[in-house]
Amino acid sequence: METIVADITNLKKAFGSNHVLKGIDLKIERGENLVVLGKSGSGKSVLIKCLVGLIEPDEGKVILFGKNVFELNDEDLNALRKKVGFLFQSAALYDSMSVRENLEFPLRGLKLKQKELDERVASTLKSVGLEDAIDQMPCGLSGGMRKRVGLARTLMLNPEIILYDEPTTGLDPTTSKEISRLILDVQKKYSAASIIITHDVECARITANRMMIIKDGTAYCEGTFEELETSKDEWVRSFFK
Amino acid sequence: MVIKKIVGPSERLYLSALKGFFEEVAQLTLFTLRFFKQALQPPYEFNELLKQSYLIGYKSLPLIAITGCIMGLVLTIQSRPTLAEFGAESWLPAMVAVSIIREIGPVITALIFAGKVGSGIGAELASMKVSEQIDAMEVSGINPFKYIVVTRVVSATFMLPVLVVMADAIALYGAYIGVNLKGEVSFHLFFLQVFEKLTFTDVFPAIIKTFFFGFAIALISCYKGYNSNKGTEGVGVAANSAVVYGSLAVFILDMAAVQISSLFS
Repeated sequence: METIVADITNLKKAFGSNHVLKGIDLKIERGENLVVLGKSGSGKSVLIKCLVGLIEPDEGKVILFGKNVFELNDEDLNALRKKVGFLFQSAALYDSMSVRENLEFPLRGLKLKQKELDERVASTLKSVGLEDAIDQMPCGLSGGMRKRVGLARTLMLNPEIILYDEPTTGLDPTTSKEISRLILDVQKKYSAASIIITHDVECARITANRMMIIKDGTAYCEGTFEELETSKDEWVRSFFK
Repeated sequence: MVIKKIVGPSERLYLSALKGFFEEVAQLTLFTLRFFKQALQPPYEFNELLKQSYLIGYKSLPLIAITGCIMGLVLTIQSRPTLAEFGAESWLPAMVAVSIIREIGPVITALIFAGKVGSGIGAELASMKVSEQIDAMEVSGINPFKYIVVTRVVSATFMLPVLVVMADAIALYGAYIGVNLKGEVSFHLFFLQVFEKLTFTDVFPAIIKTFFFGFAIALISCYKGYNSNKGTEGVGVAANSAVVYGSLAVFILDMAAVQISSLFS
């Protein structure tokens, strides 16, 4: 089995005159948690959106599960995306659907029986500790609960790679820690690779196997949390203060 | 270089506005083509189609009913003095019926529809875009265009004609009440006069054009919402422009429909 899940080479993206990514290289292995740190507007979210084909890069290659994302037709791209979980910054829950419907939504087209569907929804909600919220509407959920439901939704298809876009933004420190631990639990339980975009150092400390810091559109440095925390580069160390 | 010299700042402004207009028309055309491509390709979203038909059609019924009733009543009350002046009061039911069925019913209902449904679709889609719900669908491997746009446009295309028929019927009842405010005409006689005067060429083109009204309103609303990209400000802009351009499209289509139907009458 191939160990490299995603391989990004020389990724470049500009929005008008704003060159957000200036040639990023990134590889992630099966079961690994990679935390990407960087200042706001440094292109972290653009990076993972390019990975799933939501944003088309100007240059560079994105290989996901051995396939070039931008050379696939719609059908193949959709099939590939079923292996990817994406937790959006705002959780992106469908407002018009209940929690149950939100979780059932990615399974459309799989033609599962209702009983099987119910069991899968219940067990996934249990794994994020929200089994009681099954019939609630997203508007009735707190920020932390929304993130949990969003995570549960990404887990419904048993993804092989999960992309987290600022999973702890807007949450209080306690809930942030809970979400970070949940990310770690998910990694252990589902053996999925994860890319976690954040500027929350505590989240990085809890979840990271490896870290990458983006500066000026390039991968400025890479290493473990401890390595970067004790880096000789003052700019890198400033993230951890 | 020569062009730059002869084109002044004000001309450049007009040219840029003109360029913007043609770009918008081109984008809308591509959006329409994409709609037809996606609408014809399986799988079909029947459940969502039914849900949207319920939301777009059934949920609009009370508003359409109230406006329909008022429309018939007011038109009758306003027309009576003029007809009375010529001693043609007995023509009131027929005249009001023809006005309602041919023009006022479809157009007013479509405008109300653009206000209620069009703005709703525009705001909903823009808000889905802002809160990354559309991206979330795409990442789940589900075609958001088919699920969101196709279902809404198809529902609106088929629901508006139904609403117009209902609004016309209620408006005729309103007209019956209006006639009886200053006179006494039996229910039977009123509708006898109405149906005596109405012909196939009054009813058929009026119903057919409402399919186009519904299609245009929903398509424009979806286009504005789906392509909204100015954050929360964009939600308001999308809702507003959905109503404005949807209503404008109704008038343009109505004008075209009148020209076409007059060719056959």
